[in-house]
Amino acid sequence: MNPALKNTLLFCFVGFLLLITGILQGWNSALFILNMGLVSSILALGVNLQWGFAGLFNIGVMGFVALGGLATVLVGMPPVGEAWSAGALQVFAGLALGAGTVVGAVVIRKKLVGRARTFGTLAILVIGFFVFRAVFDAGVVAIEAVDPALTGNLGGINIFGPHRDANDMLLPDYFILLAWPMGGLLAAGAAWIIGKTALGLRSDYLAIATLGIAEIIIAVMKNEDWLARGVKNVNGLPRPVPYEVTLQSDPGFIARAASWGLDPVTASTIYTKLCYTVLFAAVLLILLWLAQKALNSPWGRMMRAIRDNETAAEAMGKDVTARHLQIFILGSAICGIAGAMMTTLDGQLTPTSYQPLRFTFLIWVMVIVGGSGNNFGSVLGGLLIWWLWVQVEPMGLWVMNLLTSGLADGSALKDHMIESAAHMRLLTMGVVLLLVLRFSPRGLIPER
Amino acid sequence: MDYLNALVAFLNFVFVPGLAYGAQLAIGALGVTLIYGILRFSNFAHGDTMAFGTAMTIIGTNALLALGITFGPLPTALLALPFGIGATILLVLFIDWLVYKFYRDQKAKPVILVIVSMGVMFVMNGVVRFIIGVRDIQFADGERFLITARDFKEMTGLDEGLAIKTTQAITVVVALIAMALLFWFLNKTRTGKSMRAFSDNEDLALLSGINPDWVVKVTWMIVAALATTAGVLYGLDKSFKAFTYFQLLLPIFAAAIVGGLGNPLGAIAGGFVIAFSEVTITYAWKKVLVYLLPENLEPDGLVQLMSTDYKFAVSFAILIIVLLFKPTGLFKGQSV
Amino acid sequence: MSDPFLIGDAMTGGYGKGPDILHGCTIAAEKGEIAVIVGPNGAGKSTAMKAVFGMLNVNSGSVRLDGEDITRLTPQERVVKGMGFVPQTSNIFTSMTVEENLEMGAFIRRDDFRDTMTQIYDLFPILKEKRNQAAGELSGGQRQQVAVGRALMTKPKVLMLDEPTAGVSPIVMDELFDRIIEVARTGIPILMVEQNARQALEIADKAYVLVQGRNAHTGTGKELLADEEVRRSFLGG
Repeated sequence: MNPALKNTLLFCFVGFLLLITGILQGWNSALFILNMGLVSSILALGVNLQWGFAGLFNIGVMGFVALGGLATVLVGMPPVGEAWSAGALQVFAGLALGAGTVVGAVVIRKKLVGRARTFGTLAILVIGFFVFRAVFDAGVVAIEAVDPALTGNLGGINIFGPHRDANDMLLPDYFILLAWPMGGLLAAGAAWIIGKTALGLRSDYLAIATLGIAEIIIAVMKNEDWLARGVKNVNGLPRPVPYEVTLQSDPGFIARAASWGLDPVTASTIYTKLCYTVLFAAVLLILLWLAQKALNSPWGRMMRAIRDNETAAEAMGKDVTARHLQIFILGSAICGIAGAMMTTLDGQLTPTSYQPLRFTFLIWVMVIVGGSGNNFGSVLGGLLIWWLWVQVEPMGLWVMNLLTSGLADGSALKDHMIESAAHMRLLTMGVVLLLVLRFSPRGLIPER
Repeated sequence: MDYLNALVAFLNFVFVPGLAYGAQLAIGALGVTLIYGILRFSNFAHGDTMAFGTAMTIIGTNALLALGITFGPLPTALLALPFGIGATILLVLFIDWLVYKFYRDQKAKPVILVIVSMGVMFVMNGVVRFIIGVRDIQFADGERFLITARDFKEMTGLDEGLAIKTTQAITVVVALIAMALLFWFLNKTRTGKSMRAFSDNEDLALLSGINPDWVVKVTWMIVAALATTAGVLYGLDKSFKAFTYFQLLLPIFAAAIVGGLGNPLGAIAGGFVIAFSEVTITYAWKKVLVYLLPENLEPDGLVQLMSTDYKFAVSFAILIIVLLFKPTGLFKGQSV
Repeated sequence: MSDPFLIGDAMTGGYGKGPDILHGCTIAAEKGEIAVIVGPNGAGKSTAMKAVFGMLNVNSGSVRLDGEDITRLTPQERVVKGMGFVPQTSNIFTSMTVEENLEMGAFIRRDDFRDTMTQIYDLFPILKEKRNQAAGELSGGQRQQVAVGRALMTKPKVLMLDEPTAGVSPIVMDELFDRIIEVARTGIPILMVEQNARQALEIADKAYVLVQGRNAHTGTGKELLADEEVRRSFLGG
């Protein structure tokens, strides 16, 4: 079988799975899986850029996804005027002081020598830290005191929204789309800082470093309430697509739904999801096109040359660290974009929902299963593994029911087994990853 | 100024908790560092190995309690520990045979083994949740305190109390025994020395007739024992939750790397460095400072450098600083 | 004609599936003798020794030890048969003490090896002095003594040394050669690859000059030192 045919068949297979899901479980859930699958594919593209192209071992994907989520709040929410006047200036001054301290310490380290250097750096850091805390904390207290039940944060920069029609129904707010590139930028900024400090390290050190950074980003988002309300979550993010309730009250839409033979509620949920599908697919296709361009450009070839033999590439005069920094930032930015898209789809930012197994390691399963080094493989892996991730639970439950059908109802073992079906996901993902690594280490669509 | 009360407050809130936490991290890091030294990869499934061992020990504890067996004032879990260790040894040996051996025979690159260990991590995580669920489980029984704060105050007449939990004392004692056993094994026995030789220079070890399969098996057994012990001690001191154990991976790796990967002594030092830094930086120092400073200088705030939620940031910052200035760690570790 | 004690007979072969590096090369060592392999860079000196030790594929020809064909044995099995090998680099356990290095050398022995260790300490007195120091902390010459000592711990029937004097100063080199002669006097045949051709030929009972994986000249050390062509091409006149 030639590769092109095989790949087409593989994608057809994923389409078939979604089709079956649509027929058996309803189109609403099929579209839900497809939408998240598309976002997952984008994430996998980002990780593939880093791992497949450059061999960079980033297991801090979750952090970049979360930064993308943060961007939706910072861009999409209206500013909280009172909070801005209460303490914004102080918070920003505090942050500037903090940054200044770090820069100062770096400069001092470069300028001074010997013992003066150590003490100078230490002194700057210690003094700077306390000044920073003094200024910053007061601002934070002031901001968080503003209507804590509803806001207690600075909000975003969306001074236009929310949009409503004549009947006071919510309309789509396209401003939130700006959050997607913003998410990419935020993630890129974080990646630059991480890359500058950690990219020179060995692969497993870089892995631990990125794992740590991701945890820190989540910790910041959980604790800095002034930023995005922390664990109090931000609800009601604006949406770039029509709202279901608005559609349901639109006579034109009801008539059209009737002509398709659907009731307005079903029609509106499917329509909204389809809008997301179109948006996400567009982003995915653009990024896929760019990634393919990059892969086949001289730049992409150089990246793979560096990946395959770093020493030789260095000897040929390639600046390995600079190239690594580039691709690390690009890949992280893609993860940031995907993170913003995901939060837009959810309509709310919930920092506690960011779990490394789901947002970092699952993406790795997608990349490896799809075929590291191949962009189409990542897209396939994203769609396929996401489908599996969602469907394992019902399938597990079915298997458990089958297995325990011989046992009496209410027996402890039966209850335990049925209850455990919920944990089948991780087990299945691990087994899939191990099987692929063992029997098809280059993935479903291998690198060419 | 009241140095004595300040000292007691310091011991009570910083030193004792830090010592116990440090011991737990050290034993965890020893496992990571041994795997790195002998099998030459960073084992991401280590946190979940700890979780599995602890889950098994909890099951053993429950069985003992159901039989009416307790360990008097000590936690029953200590009696069930050998069972937990045994079960974990069987599991890791099975996984090594089923999964890792294939890649070892192929001489796969370390990073491939790291990804494989990610797969094992998923599976083990699933297995642990399958066996024992995701709830928070308290399984410490027996006496809660060695000394309560009130007893200490009555004994000494000081304003500050020094409470030592039984679990903290047990942690330190068990950790000392485990470390002593490990170092005796590595430095005095033939197999232990052959493990060190294998870690130092694999080709020469093979030339000397050292059997690599046996070395790997023994390593997994020791790692399983250490991981289970670390997990049980942590769980007794705090509580058991599958997800928390996964998160322990970060401070444990930080400890192993800070100490120098592959160096057992470094893992212990690293464990205490990380633990004391975390506790020191996230502790509200007001209580101690109130005794030390004259009244007019007494601090208004809590004098907490960082909120406890940022403890990851502390281990991480230390990790980065050490890596940037001393890439092989405080003690000389291996670099691949 | 009776076989030499150790002989790599007409060996042809190379690393893995790569091209052949040796072409019908013959190397032998007799009891109580020092045999050296010399030759220009890239002549296959170390490769020839590794072939004798089983570290590369010998496609044709054979290796025999004490009359027994050992061509198909792994290096580990050859150690058990009585071959001691000192690699050129990474030949000690740097993080372990001198004494532990010697113990690891005796790993395959299940009997009491304290006598052997005493003999080695007699042979290399400096090692006895530093026996509790980490081997990695020793000087280059001392490290080579540890490496040789480690290989002697199995009480080998033949000792093979791959460039034992690489990277040590001339004074240390002379001392090392003295030690090697002493080892040979205890009756153990020695097969040695050497960069420093002149000094090596001076102590050699038998010498092989290899060029491009083939035997170019063979003779006693003195013969080769006197050979005009050998002098001109390898010894710089």
